[in-house]
Amino acid sequence: MKYLLLIYSNPVNWEHPMFLNQDEELTPAERLARLKEHNGLVEEIAGSGELIDAAPLADPLITRTVRVRDGVPGVTDGPFLDSKEHLAGYFVLDCDSVERATEIAARFPDARYSAVEVRPIMDPSGFEM
Amino acid sequence: MSITGPAEDLLRRLAPRVLGTLIRRYGDFDTCEDAVQEALLAAAVQWPDQGIPDHPATWLITVATRRLTDAHRGEVARRRRETLAAALTPVDELVSPAPGRDGGTGVDDTLTLLFLCCHPALSPTAQTALTLRAVGGLTTAQIARAFLIPERTMGQRISRAKQRVKAAGGRFQPPSERDVADRLPVVQQVLYLIFNEGYTATSGANLQRVDLTAEAIRLTRTLHRMRPDDGESAGLLALQLLTEARHAARTGPDGMLVPLGEQDRGRWNRELIAEGIALIERTLARAPVGPYQVQAAIAAVHTEAATPDDTDWPQILGLYQLLQDLWPNPIVTLNHAIALAMVHGPQAGLDLLIPLDSDERTAGHHRLHAVRAHLLELAGEHTAAHTAYLAAARRTTSLPEQRYLSTRAARLPLPG
Repeated sequence: MKYLLLIYSNPVNWEHPMFLNQDEELTPAERLARLKEHNGLVEEIAGSGELIDAAPLADPLITRTVRVRDGVPGVTDGPFLDSKEHLAGYFVLDCDSVERATEIAARFPDARYSAVEVRPIMDPSGFEM
Repeated sequence: MSITGPAEDLLRRLAPRVLGTLIRRYGDFDTCEDAVQEALLAAAVQWPDQGIPDHPATWLITVATRRLTDAHRGEVARRRRETLAAALTPVDELVSPAPGRDGGTGVDDTLTLLFLCCHPALSPTAQTALTLRAVGGLTTAQIARAFLIPERTMGQRISRAKQRVKAAGGRFQPPSERDVADRLPVVQQVLYLIFNEGYTATSGANLQRVDLTAEAIRLTRTLHRMRPDDGESAGLLALQLLTEARHAARTGPDGMLVPLGEQDRGRWNRELIAEGIALIERTLARAPVGPYQVQAAIAAVHTEAATPDDTDWPQILGLYQLLQDLWPNPIVTLNHAIALAMVHGPQAGLDLLIPLDSDERTAGHHRLHAVRAHLLELAGEHTAAHTAYLAAARRTTSLPEQRYLSTRAARLPLPG
């Protein structure tokens, strides 16, 4: 079963990895510890064959939102959803269960500061009923 | 793999036997399995051009052994050179099995490998991937395409699975009778998962996908041949044959899922049905009954009906009651409720669903809403059925199921 993990954050300004830039100041040692935590998790899910794809997203400041109305595209600066939290990055996983996907989500440092959303990806297969 | 037809069948059949021979010589499952994979890839490239070699098994063993030696350079390579010379001698039992024998040790090797790949230390997805590669002779790329994930991810999953098997002390040795009894259900479950993965795949969505139902049936046939007295292996094979028989009828021209009751029965595969029915009848008569056999028997009763109205629902209901005793689980209860409704009316079925609302395995599951919707529709309660269909449609993660459920909701006549 495939899942999209959406990593949300509330940045002052964008910095990757996304969890390094939260509301509190981190000492270099803390930054390093958190970086290790994050990289360890990514290595683990890549090694287990669960990680399909992942990427950090650029600052919302340079995001464009496109709306086509009456055939005319209108382009505005900034994200579609106007909120304090923004989508900072994503992971596409293939896991045995939603419990496993949830467990991985909980281990992103970001989950402690903002939130990680677990969205099942629609499957092109199905049973007749 | 560009290779198709008989050459590919031959490769798939030889793969576990070649692997068994290599492991017996060099011992390490992990590296031998990699070497066989490379030999299979080399065959897929060379055989279509140069023709199938006279001794295909020996050819594969030679190439795989060369890959193994390439992998061990320096001192190790020097030490292995003598072994390589020995390895190049044709292997009699693989080249020319005695008349009437199915490759001798090859068959035992396949069973041993099947048990190794379905090691209980592995998750179902890992068991499935490893089985398809080491026993099924599929390439990583083919398996990855079948599961719609990148080849890199699948490669990682397979190599991790092999490490796990090793760490858990898994060895290439024929399973004891006790191991067989303990682990046969795991092997059957893996073959069942492979079958379902192929069966539920939307036809035409990806023409490059290997046919996992055919692969599952082939492997289950092998299992059944190796353990002819095991009722559940026979039952699983019969269930697969009888389910696969409906394959062509299960989707409409627009890719829409067609429920059993609305399928064009003229499109059911009579050959598979005949084979499946003969197998399940033979098995039920002599083996202790188990869940796969009962499910196969249910499928057989469905396929014996010329039209949906001819379905022998009382017999199906009896079989579901038996299945519920053998293998109590909420998904069985859902199907049981449908059979109950067909015999004793929709309200009886709806009553059976009530406990499932408080069962955490089914509460909020789309299948519970879908079955309830269906029974409410039968009862003529269209408004409630509409709500339940939409609740199911919102909860499924399958695109074709979602489409089917929304369509069922939309075609209900609603008051006002």
